[in-house]
Amino acid sequence: MANIRIPTPLRAYAANQATVTVNGETVGAALNDLVTQHPELRTHLFNDNSLRNFVNVFLGEEDIRFLDGLDTPIAADASLRIIPSIAGG
Amino acid sequence: MNPLVNTLSDLSREEIKRYSRHVIMPEVGVEGQRRLKAASVLLIGTGGLGSPLALYLSAAGIGRIGLVDYDVVDETNLQRQVIHGQSTIGKSKLDSAELRMKDLNPSLQVDKYNVPLTSDNALKIFAPYDVIIDGTDNFPTRYLVNDACVKLGKPNVYGSIFRFEGQLSVFHAKEGPCYRCMFPEPPPPGLVPSCAEGGVLGILPGTIGTLQATEAIKLILGIGEPMIGKMLLYDALEMSFTTIKVRKDPHCPVCGVPAEKVQLIDYEMFCGVPAHDRSTFHAQTDNKGQPMLTITVSELKARYDRGEHPLILDVREPHEWQISALEDTLRIPKGEIQMAKNAVLAGRKLREETVLADIPQDQEVLVLCRSGARSGQTIQMLQEIGYKPENMRNVTGGILAWAREIDPSLATY
Repeated sequence: MANIRIPTPLRAYAANQATVTVNGETVGAALNDLVTQHPELRTHLFNDNSLRNFVNVFLGEEDIRFLDGLDTPIAADASLRIIPSIAGG
Repeated sequence: MNPLVNTLSDLSREEIKRYSRHVIMPEVGVEGQRRLKAASVLLIGTGGLGSPLALYLSAAGIGRIGLVDYDVVDETNLQRQVIHGQSTIGKSKLDSAELRMKDLNPSLQVDKYNVPLTSDNALKIFAPYDVIIDGTDNFPTRYLVNDACVKLGKPNVYGSIFRFEGQLSVFHAKEGPCYRCMFPEPPPPGLVPSCAEGGVLGILPGTIGTLQATEAIKLILGIGEPMIGKMLLYDALEMSFTTIKVRKDPHCPVCGVPAEKVQLIDYEMFCGVPAHDRSTFHAQTDNKGQPMLTITVSELKARYDRGEHPLILDVREPHEWQISALEDTLRIPKGEIQMAKNAVLAGRKLREETVLADIPQDQEVLVLCRSGARSGQTIQMLQEIGYKPENMRNVTGGILAWAREIDPSLATY
């Protein structure tokens, strides 16, 4: 089971969890499982079936935009992370 | 990386003594200390991040520090903005910061820019400085700082904080990616609350600001590994530091084009939010692009005085209601309304099955939050699911305005 780290601004839509365990063999499948478990997240992450432009998803230390995007294959124990835009100072 | 600063200022005997803990390290030495003295750094913001930045960079012997801020010191700042103090409440942040910086280091040159940073003044203000440090508190200014730095070829030492999380990077388009390579578009207005709305651990800007100061010193001296092409993610609750890679986007609309073609734009329009509280930008229009109906706190008071009992929907969080609230209000946090709206729009639930059932559709509703931002967003959401614009009014200035103008006994935050 892979896990996805949820950033603080989005935790309200994921039952206040910091990490969600998901199934899936690609980044896209894992994110799909995430929004199936937490439907409120869908509109924040997806525009139809593509990731919204301000959503940054990282597999380990790599941005999936520079891998194969949502088609990037992931290992069973992969760690994914959604990196938020934050602006506080 | 080569040192950013290649001029060397002379050091007096007293200065060599003052900076002896630096000078005895081979990575700095007398030469490095002379570079620091010759260096100029511009701090955008003299708040949470700006406080440790200004303190440590002054102490470290940077010769010239510019400060951009138009705000005055407020009591709510002192939980984290440690360069200011009880004795400087009500003073300009620039004057307050300068007092402390000059006390730490009398030979320092402090340049004060008591204005909001805008597309019109940014290039001129940035021009004389070697390093720009972004310690601002809003998205429009962050995009502005990035674009101006790319255009001028200057490094942007970036730090950002929210609640218990912080981010650090060095965006230097000559050597690597820029802020827009990582964040091509801002999040939609309202998704990420400001620190004023969402809160921040007071120590967090201390952690991130001192890391920014460290990166600035490394760039000036040309030592170590700068955070170019990398971003540090800090989580204070887990006490975890994670580094991720930030790649340069060859199609970046800003650093992917020649610097002379980079145009500074209207960043408030780009982000859909005002950059500062003196801004004349109004994003709050209803879905037909018409200005949203509003009610001032004095108009509301007059209605109470006439014996009316208007329905007030308070969309703040439960912990905020505990700090201060008006009596007899309908209390539903904005996030719950948003979830209900999404469920209704997605066809998962009927309006009557959600918290929306408590918000009548056929009568006037006055929507209230802390300062008027969340209430405006709530009105937009309610209109998406059929609430009539003419039935909804935003309470201008929120409960803060009520406390300021009507009932000073209310606690503010």
